[in-house]
Amino acid sequence: MTTPYQQPGSYASPIPVRGASLGDALLSEWTKIRSVRSTMWTLGVMIVLMLGIGLGVAALVSAAGESAGLGDSSALGMGFFGVLPGSICVMTLGVLTIASEYSTGMIRTTLTACPSRGRVLAAKAAVFFLLVLTITTLVAGLVAVIQNAMVEAVEPTGDEWLRASVGVGLYTASLGLLSLAVGAMIRHSAGAITTMIGVMLLPLVAAMFMFSESLQDLQKFLLEWAIPSQLIGIYGEAASGGSSGPLGWEPVWIMLGLSVVALGGAYATMSSRDV
Amino acid sequence: MIEAVGLTKRYGAKTAVYNLSFQVRPGAVTGFLGPNGAGKSTTMRMILGLDRPTSGQVTIGGLPFRQLPNAPRQVGALLDAKAVHGGRTARNHLLSLAQLSGIPDRRVDEVLGVVGLQGVAKRRSKGFSLGMGQRLGIAAALLGDPQVLLFDEPVNGLDPEGILWVRNLMKQLAAEGRTVFVSSHLMSEMALTADHLIVIGRGQLMADMSVKDFISHNSADFARVRTPQTEPEQREKLLAALTEAGGQVMPEPDGALRVTGLPLPRISDLAHDADVRLWELSPHQASLEEAYMRMTQGAVDYRSTADEKSGLMQQPPMGHVPPQPHIPEVPQQGFYAPPPPHPGQNPYAAPAPAAPPAAAPAEAPAPPAAAPADLTKPEDAR
Repeated sequence: MTTPYQQPGSYASPIPVRGASLGDALLSEWTKIRSVRSTMWTLGVMIVLMLGIGLGVAALVSAAGESAGLGDSSALGMGFFGVLPGSICVMTLGVLTIASEYSTGMIRTTLTACPSRGRVLAAKAAVFFLLVLTITTLVAGLVAVIQNAMVEAVEPTGDEWLRASVGVGLYTASLGLLSLAVGAMIRHSAGAITTMIGVMLLPLVAAMFMFSESLQDLQKFLLEWAIPSQLIGIYGEAASGGSSGPLGWEPVWIMLGLSVVALGGAYATMSSRDV
Repeated sequence: MIEAVGLTKRYGAKTAVYNLSFQVRPGAVTGFLGPNGAGKSTTMRMILGLDRPTSGQVTIGGLPFRQLPNAPRQVGALLDAKAVHGGRTARNHLLSLAQLSGIPDRRVDEVLGVVGLQGVAKRRSKGFSLGMGQRLGIAAALLGDPQVLLFDEPVNGLDPEGILWVRNLMKQLAAEGRTVFVSSHLMSEMALTADHLIVIGRGQLMADMSVKDFISHNSADFARVRTPQTEPEQREKLLAALTEAGGQVMPEPDGALRVTGLPLPRISDLAHDADVRLWELSPHQASLEEAYMRMTQGAVDYRSTADEKSGLMQQPPMGHVPPQPHIPEVPQQGFYAPPPPHPGQNPYAAPAPAAPPAAAPAEAPAPPAAAPADLTKPEDAR
C-alpha cells in the first residue's frame, strides 16, 4: 500500500495506522496485570485472609453463643478482622503494579510505546482500581452474608449492607490506589511497600505508647484517624466502639480524596522526571 | 530522519553529552560509536523523550518524540534487552505493547516469527538468555513496523548466527527506506553493517562521516615493502631511494619497511631503478578498529590498570627469591597503529626466516608474541 504523501527514501508501513487511545492503554494494562504471578498471589492471599479470618471469627462468636455480647451492633462488623490484613495485600499489589516497571526497566519500553505519561498512569490506576474494587466488594459481601447467617445479632440495615461490601471495596481499592501513587513517586518496590505499611500501622503503634498527659489530644487523634480505625469506622459507630472519628461513608471519601491527590503528585513527578 | 541540535545533558556536575549536533538519514544504517560512558545510551534516551536534554533538542521527522502523533508507529527502539518484566511470557509482553500502541494482535505472532521466538512465546522471559532477550527487544522494536528504528547494542550476547541475522536485518530495514540508528562498540561489526558513522567520545561529537571516509581520514594507508633479509645492504639502499623520492619510511620490527606518501607502482619503479629485489610489496588499509582506537584514545573514560595486588600478597620467607615473571621482550615502536605484521593476517608476506638475521639481533620475539604485547603499548607510552 502506498500513501499519497510518501516521500522518496522513506518507508510507509502497510499496516493501517490508527491513533492509540486511553482504551488501548486500558486493554494493555489489563493484559499486564493479569499476566504476572504477583497479581494472583496478592489477590489470592487477600481472598484467603478475608474468608478465613472472617469465617473463623464468626465461628468463634457463634460458638460462644449470646454471651459474646455484640450488643446492638450487627454481625457485619466482624468482617473488619479479615479486611485489615487483606488490605496489606492490596497495598503490595498497588505498589508492584507500577514500581515493578521501574525495577525491571520495562517502564522505558512502555513509555516508548506510549509517550503520554498521563495516559499510562491513568490506565494503570483505572485497571488496578476496578479489579480490586470488584474482588474486595464481592468477597467482603460474601463474608458479610455468611457472618450474618452464622451469628445471632441485630438484623443489619440496607445501608450497613452496602457499607460492608461496596464501602469496604471502595476504601480498600482507594488505599491500593494511594499505594500505586506512592510506588510511582518512590519507584522502588521494597521502599514503597515499607512506606505504605508504616503509614498504615505506625500511627496506631505510636499512639499506644503516648502515656504523657500533654500528648493526649494527639493520641486521641491518631487512634481515631489511623487507617485501621477508619476501616472499622465504615462498619458504623457501634462496631468501632463509639469512636468520634470518621464513621460510615466518611472514611471512604477521605481515602478516595487522598488517593486522587497522591495520583496528581505521581503524575507531576512522572512527567517531569527522566525515566 | 533524526536531527539533534546542540544536544546537552548534565547529571549534576557530570556532563554526559555536550553540544551534540548530527543528522541520521533514512535509507542507510548509521552506526553510533563511542567508548563505554561516552553518552551513547543517554543520547538514545533523549531521542526517545525518556530523558530531557539540559539544552538543545532532538527531533524525529521534525517533531520531538513526545509530540509525535502515533509515536510507536513511527519509532521503534531496543534500548535494553533486560527491560522486560521477567514474570511475563514473551507473547504477553509483546501483546501488551501492541495493545498500548493500537497495533492488531496478529502482528505479535508475526514479529515473534521474524525474530525466531515462536517456540518460546509462552515462556516467561525471566529464563531467557541474553541472546533471546535481544531478540525479544528487537521484536518489540519491529512491532509497529516503524520508519525510524533505534537499536542500542543489538548484537550483545548473540551467537554468530544471530549476529549475522541482525546484520542482514539492519541492512534490509535500511534498504526499505527506513532510518536505522545502531549503537555499538564493536567496530568490526559496524564496518560490515553501517554505511555512515557518528562517533562520540566523552559526550562530544568526534566524527560524522561515511565508513569509508572515516577510515581514510583517521588512518594513513601505507605500503609494506620487504627486501631480501639475507642482504641488509639492499634495505639501506631502498630506504635511501624511497626517502629521496619523497616517501616517509618507517622500519618495522621484523625488518620490513612501512612506506607512506608513495603509490605502489612508484615504489616498485624506484626499487627497480636502485637494483633492489623485493620480497614483498603490499598495500595496507587500516581497519575501522584502528581508526576508531586512534580517534578515541584520548576520550576513554574507563581504562584498566595493571593488577598489582600490592600489599595483598603474603610476605615471602627470608632469603626467598621470587620467581621473575617472564616478560617477552618487546621492541619499542615510535608509533601507535597499525600493529606489527602477523602471520596469517598478511598472506603476501614472506615466511618468517628460521634464524633471526644477524643485522637485527633485537628482533628475537616471534611475531605472535609481539602482537598481544602491542595492545598494552598506548598505556606504556603514556
